[in-house]
Amino acid sequence: MSITSSSRLRDAILSSQAAIAARHPAHFKPVWHSQVTPALIAAGVIAMFVAGLIYLGFTFDMITRGGNQLLVILGVMLPPTPETMARFLLYLEQLAETLGMAFLGTLGAALLAFPFSFLAARNVVPNWIIHILSRRFLDTIRGVDTLIWALIWINVVGLGPFAGVLAIICSDFGALGKLFSEAIEAIDRKSVEGVLSSGGSDVEAVRFGMLPQVLPVMLSQLLYFFESNTRSATIIGIVGAGGIGLSLSEMIRTLEWQQVSFIILMLLITVSAIDYASTRLRMAIIGPRAV
Amino acid sequence: MTTNPHFAGEPGWNQPRKPVLAQTIRPVATAEIAQLVADYARSVGERRRRLFQAAIVFLVAFLLACWAAEVRPITFFTKLPAFGNYIDAIFKLDSGERVWSDPAEWFWGVGTWLRLLGETLVMAYVGTLAGAVIAFALCFTACTNLVRSRWVVLIVRRILEFGRTVPELVFALVFVYAFGLGAVPGVIAIAIHTTGALGKLFAEVIENIDMKPVEGISSAGGTWMQQVRFAVLPQVQSNFLSYALLRFEINVRGAAVMGFVGAGGIGDTLIVSIRKFYYSDVSAILVLLIATVMLIDYGTEKLRHRLIGAERHA
Repeated sequence: MSITSSSRLRDAILSSQAAIAARHPAHFKPVWHSQVTPALIAAGVIAMFVAGLIYLGFTFDMITRGGNQLLVILGVMLPPTPETMARFLLYLEQLAETLGMAFLGTLGAALLAFPFSFLAARNVVPNWIIHILSRRFLDTIRGVDTLIWALIWINVVGLGPFAGVLAIICSDFGALGKLFSEAIEAIDRKSVEGVLSSGGSDVEAVRFGMLPQVLPVMLSQLLYFFESNTRSATIIGIVGAGGIGLSLSEMIRTLEWQQVSFIILMLLITVSAIDYASTRLRMAIIGPRAV
Repeated sequence: MTTNPHFAGEPGWNQPRKPVLAQTIRPVATAEIAQLVADYARSVGERRRRLFQAAIVFLVAFLLACWAAEVRPITFFTKLPAFGNYIDAIFKLDSGERVWSDPAEWFWGVGTWLRLLGETLVMAYVGTLAGAVIAFALCFTACTNLVRSRWVVLIVRRILEFGRTVPELVFALVFVYAFGLGAVPGVIAIAIHTTGALGKLFAEVIENIDMKPVEGISSAGGTWMQQVRFAVLPQVQSNFLSYALLRFEINVRGAAVMGFVGAGGIGDTLIVSIRKFYYSDVSAILVLLIATVMLIDYGTEKLRHRLIGAERHA
């Protein structure tokens, strides 16, 4: 643990290094193949990185100018203030809306994903066609970002937080369905076999053999998703689907930087409060090991 | 250790067993049964009460959330057919035919779209790599088992937390004003967010390592750098790579919506076609996007399995 250097020992070793190398030449021979391959991979990765920078139009001039501009903006952001009490109350209301969206979105997604995940789990429905179809279906839904879902739902139910809730439900349904079905596939078969061998039906095997194993895992994942959804719910407003993102993007567009920093500050506080609470809850549900 | 009263008279493990159970199990007194039933009722009642309390808290939270998020079930159910109609509409060409009847017309802009998708992937790659490198540089100072100064750990952690709490899109919105429209602000936003997210994961991996190699190197006089290089790194590198690949997957999705705020990639074209109701374009771009995301997911999953496999063999 300690970082003290016993320099005398090191000096002794270093001074006799040549002698040691002479005595054990086999151990001091450089191993070429184990060094060349990583070096080649690293060179490829770096070359692609540099090519990417050039392709995307990064120039030194642009970075320095942009950096200066960013410093100016950061300077104007201080001190964070909502300016009027009415604005502050509006932000609080929108923050509540954001939390509500995250909560309902996660809940709705869980309610949809829970039954579906059993369908997509190989050890519950052993039919491989159903397995592949349901997994691809979940992948397709998951491949569309929450913001894209929000845009689609705005076309359907109009502007407002409700579109945001539906967007979160859709995108999280894909993600949770996949995670849930993986959790179901990872269970210990023994308890299921126990229920079946003592005369339980298939439904009873799922209820008493599987559910007690997967429910804590699912709940923990749900809480984690709620956390991450409070973050993503803040940006759904940028495309018009309710929540604090609405004010945030509006303030950025009208260059009210002090209000922007105030909103970001509110976000930081809310998100860390929720992180704290949900970490405590997860600990209570599944113990400290898997947090 | 107390013996179980119900099995009083049970012979020890090395004594010959009596064959008849009735002799060894003492009949249970009625009073004892009543006691057991009461104990059971108490313990179950305790759990039920807790569950009930949790349910009430949950219900209140649910109603509050419904009120805050302006949930309108009636609108939802009256407008639900509109969702079906929308999905139906994006799979129709302007002529009213189904899109797959004329793939050339459906994918009329495939050249441009593929170029933009390529740009999206490059953005995700550059952003992920830059963020991962910075996270790698910072993570060793964000874990309590390698750094003794509480302050350093606290400050680095707060920086990382800031990076991952502020959504990428918000960073991008601000950066668009500083760096101008285009992919550059998007990449920087992705890089900062990635630094925050990966830095935390990396630090957690380091905090879970076996400290014995570190002690070994330090007791042989190794410097802090040597401890990190020869004791920490070999334990964490495959985990780090695996997390970085996972992040790349996430960032591909993130980069695809950067265009919504003018920060490069395919998002710009997508939001225009959704807002202007270019129905078949929406489905064409979504199909390309989903296919790309699935391919990337598949590729990184294969790579990660190989990494984990390599670690197991080593």
